Amino acid sequence: MNMTDQAVAPLLRIADVTVRFGGLTAIDRVSFDVHPGELLGLIGPNGAGKTTMMRSITGVVRTTAGGVELDGVRLDGMPIERRIRCGLSLSQQLVKPFRGMSLLANVALAAGSAKTSSPLKSLLHLSRREELAVAREMLERVGIAQHAEQNPAIQPLGILKRLEMARALALRPRVLLLDEPLAGLNSKEANALSSTIQDINRQGVTIVLIEHNLGEVMRICSRLVVLDNGRKIAEGAPRVVMNDPAVRAAYLGGDTLASAAADQSDTTTACAALGGQHA
Amino acid sequence: MDYEISLLTTMSISVLFALSLNLITGFCGQISLGHATFLGIGAYVTALLGKAGLPFLATLPLSMLLAGAIGAVVGLASLRVRADFLAVTTMGVGFLFVGIIRQQDWLGGELGISGIGGSGLSKTGFMLLALLSTAAVAALCLYIRASWMGRVFNGVAEDEDTMRVLGIDVPRYKLAAFAIGTALAGLAGALYAHHLQFIGPDSFGFVESVTVLSMVVVGGIGSVPGVVIAAALLSALPAWFQFIGDYKLLVYGGLLFLMMRFSPGGMAGLMSRFFNPVQTSAKGER
Ligand SMILES: Nc1ncnc2c1ncn2[C@@H]1O[C@H](COP(=O)(O)OP(=O)(O)OP(=O)(O)O)[C@@H](O)[C@H]1O
Ligand SMILES: [Mg+2]
Repeated sequence: MNMTDQAVAPLLRIADVTVRFGGLTAIDRVSFDVHPGELLGLIGPNGAGKTTMMRSITGVVRTTAGGVELDGVRLDGMPIERRIRCGLSLSQQLVKPFRGMSLLANVALAAGSAKTSSPLKSLLHLSRREELAVAREMLERVGIAQHAEQNPAIQPLGILKRLEMARALALRPRVLLLDEPLAGLNSKEANALSSTIQDINRQGVTIVLIEHNLGEVMRICSRLVVLDNGRKIAEGAPRVVMNDPAVRAAYLGGDTLASAAADQSDTTTACAALGGQHA
Repeated sequence: MDYEISLLTTMSISVLFALSLNLITGFCGQISLGHATFLGIGAYVTALLGKAGLPFLATLPLSMLLAGAIGAVVGLASLRVRADFLAVTTMGVGFLFVGIIRQQDWLGGELGISGIGGSGLSKTGFMLLALLSTAAVAALCLYIRASWMGRVFNGVAEDEDTMRVLGIDVPRYKLAAFAIGTALAGLAGALYAHHLQFIGPDSFGFVESVTVLSMVVVGGIGSVPGVVIAAALLSALPAWFQFIGDYKLLVYGGLLFLMMRFSPGGMAGLMSRFFNPVQTSAKGER
């Protein structure tokens, strides 16, 4: 089944990307492809470099070496905003809503990207009727439409995470990069939102998903890439990857055990998912 | 009556000048401590071209053009440095401008340029021109605020990194804010030169930059009506109380400091907190 996958040119190609912060190598020569239409899970223990990987794809952090290509176009050297306008969109792990405006206005701002491509164009447009309609639709999609008129400053993390995702969706991306969209949600909400992510993917949006909730990752992802200590340690079909001894060791063994214990909820989800696989 | 006409003209020009800084600092969040430079550029352009024989109305767009062009170049600094350093950079530009004027004889040097005039208008006519220009600029500001440009400025002022992730070309918007704001300051400068009929290096120094910034901050950063009221009142103060004119830096600098410390939203912020204590920030737009 992989033969047909490889025959199609990748939509996003990560080639030998390295990111260093001073002496720390956060990403170490990582390569992988994202095929058109797939829902790729990017997983790994805390501090593995997942967020840094996504940020280097969008240009938020600079790569020390290696390259990123979107649909055959090299993105290296492009500023963030140009990469976004090429069809990428990032829902960040650390939510950053605009606090001076409502949830709806936050999403509408993203939905107006066609009107804000240049200062002159933006000066000639007043109405945001269409953008508000798109924004409402996106908020509905992620299940927080009832909070549309409220201010983000008073919202809990679960709502802000979904706001972040709605804003990313409003850009109508070709590749949607989601960094822990399920954080702060209870299991019922997480289940509903990951089904929404699956729907969005089925409607043609290619998605890269970082998520610690491995149960949901196993349920919706078609393929996984696993990072540990900045290196890619496995790639392939979810069931195969999860039974890979190197992956199990990364999640459960060695020096990651101590850091995993510090973040108990992550450990338990990881264990549960791996255990589930085993049984 | 002459006194009232002159005072009203002065107030009107100050309001125009404050609105021009409000576009850069209030709308787009880019601090400037050298805005008087662009008032000066506008004033010198109209004075020199007027002496060379160009009609007053023809010099106005040229004042705006040169001020806006140099403003865009200074705006380039805002692409490289963040808030506190931008304040220092723009302050440096202000000192540089005054330094150059002082050294150049063809710019009048220390003595300045006197005998500017020939706007061809009566005192009342000139006052009406100033009021009309100010009203037009206020309307332009309200329009920008309501347009997509205003929404982008608002976002850049709050969090430019997030705006980039939303695909906004932040550098171009900052340059646009600087270009528009400084061009309007050039217009204010041209009116200023013809109103006083004398300009010199001291009219466009650091004190004037602090004064106009205090007007914007007292009015409530970003609020058009707030800035109009604050600029009108604060520009009239020296006429009413002689000593304020003598201690400008102390008074306006002190006001600036107190406002930043105790009411960053300015008068507009105080008002909305007073009338609408719970929902202050929940509004769609400021
Ligand atoms: N801006 C930065 N400067 C210095 N070090 C950084 C920076 N960003 C990330 N790091 C380091 O890079 C490593 C990878 O971090 P990253 O946030 O990418 O991990 P992650 O896989 O997303 O972890 P988590 O699951 O906890 O979100 C960590 O050791 C982190 O401390
Ligand atoms: Mg992360």
